[in-house]
Amino acid sequence: MTINDIQDELIEDFAFYQDWMEKYEYIIQLGKEVPLIQEDYKTDDYIIKGCQSKVWLYPKLEEGKVLFTADSDAIITKGLVSLMVKVLSGHTPEEIAAADLYFIDQIGLKEHLSPTRANGLLSMVKQMKLYAIALKAKGQI
Amino acid sequence: MGNFDIQKVRADFPILRREVNGKPLIYFDNGATTHKPKQVIDGIVDYYAQMNSNIHRGVHYLSQISTDAFEVTRRKVRAFINAKHEHEIIITKGTTESINIVASCYGRPFIGEDDEIIISAMEHHSNIVPWQMLCDEKGCKLRVIPMNDKGELDIDAYKALFSERTKIVSFTYVSNALGTINPVKEMIEIAHRHHVPVLIDAAQAIQHIAVDVQELDADFFAFSGHKMYGPTGVGVLYGKEELLNKMPPYQGGGDMIRDVTFEKTTYNDLPFKFEAGTPNIEAGICLTQAIDYIQDIGLDAIKAYEDDLLGYATEKLAVIEGIRFIGTAAHKSSVISFVVDGIHPYDIGVILDKQGIAVRTGHHCAQPIMSQYGIPGTVRVSLAMYNTKEEVDTLMVGLERAVAMLK
Repeated sequence: MTINDIQDELIEDFAFYQDWMEKYEYIIQLGKEVPLIQEDYKTDDYIIKGCQSKVWLYPKLEEGKVLFTADSDAIITKGLVSLMVKVLSGHTPEEIAAADLYFIDQIGLKEHLSPTRANGLLSMVKQMKLYAIALKAKGQI
Repeated sequence: MGNFDIQKVRADFPILRREVNGKPLIYFDNGATTHKPKQVIDGIVDYYAQMNSNIHRGVHYLSQISTDAFEVTRRKVRAFINAKHEHEIIITKGTTESINIVASCYGRPFIGEDDEIIISAMEHHSNIVPWQMLCDEKGCKLRVIPMNDKGELDIDAYKALFSERTKIVSFTYVSNALGTINPVKEMIEIAHRHHVPVLIDAAQAIQHIAVDVQELDADFFAFSGHKMYGPTGVGVLYGKEELLNKMPPYQGGGDMIRDVTFEKTTYNDLPFKFEAGTPNIEAGICLTQAIDYIQDIGLDAIKAYEDDLLGYATEKLAVIEGIRFIGTAAHKSSVISFVVDGIHPYDIGVILDKQGIAVRTGHHCAQPIMSQYGIPGTVRVSLAMYNTKEEVDTLMVGLERAVAMLK
């Protein structure tokens, strides 16, 4: 599936939930499905700055695709990072760097994108794209 | 509580009639900023519609009436905190700037290498960092008054911190993260026995507790307009005349000068020497309406109402499973900080927000406090005079819902 296929699927999933509470319960559920980062990578090196809660994200290049593992100490944030991993993990660095993440707006999580101290989503997107670009550069050496 | 009319108070705050996420707004983030009564909002509109003009400069009519209005605020503030002189009231951008003025203009000339500055373990970053910057520049040292697990300062330890090298003491009246009311008068007295001046950060006290700076014998006293129902971008630094006179200006610019030539500039007198440049004029002018508003109701009535509400909310919240209050001092004001076992404060904040309830989550710009308790942050419910018991009841329902979802 392409990044956009996954986004479209998530938009459909979320359309099913009308009530904010169901939506957040679904996000929390998604958090439980995130491929967990190895405990020894949960260091300041892999922490995403700009989140009120702690988010760790670890990228790895395997057969030309970037695989992300992650975790957070807050479960809503963990759900948000899980969403991002679902969409971006398993794609090439080029695809990730170029991705237009329109699903965030469409599933009604845009509020999490404002560049404030409390938010995490924007920092996550930035960091994931940076990792992709860095891995790409490394791969070319 | 006597004649405190909560419905009348609420009717004065237009924002309380709006909805958030489809629910009536319940605002418990008053420690961050309070809402504004229509008297203040009308004042701001009126300023731009009728007065707008730069102050302390023009001979024309509008400049004169806006200058007069700005100076009315200075007089109001003087009376409000019972300062001896009007010129001891410096109009600043807010508490942060007020503290920075003292750290810079008192600190740089009068605090040197190996000198010591006493602050407390419960300070807001804005009463830590300016002093650290001074320490970096001058090689002086910070001494920190410890606090116990209830969030009360250790006064014996405080007494023991003084040395020949102690040059200033700076601490908060009320803790923004814990709600502790510190024994300000006693602590000032102790410092004065060592002939050390004291700065009081009153950002979280001024809207809750009646203040008399002469009775407290505070040397410097700082607070913000926006936390006392007034506009954003205005604050106050009170300083004793003799100290302010000894200090050099903060910034160079207009208004703070007497004569400028390329060879030499002579500075204006107090208070203008510390008020370089065009200030936030409408905010300065409309601080008057905020003070009038508070004084019309009376801080004693406000405090009695808020204390009752604090007691009610604390008792109610205590039944939440796994709740732990952070800050349980004997003397508290309007702040309830807590964590719930196994749940991140951020998650609680998000779920409450979805229900139209505004609280603060995080470290509240007081990271050393969070380190002492070994927590990433708290959920903070901070009350104002327009909050009600019914709102506390709704918070309870919202919180129980959040806990059920997040456990």
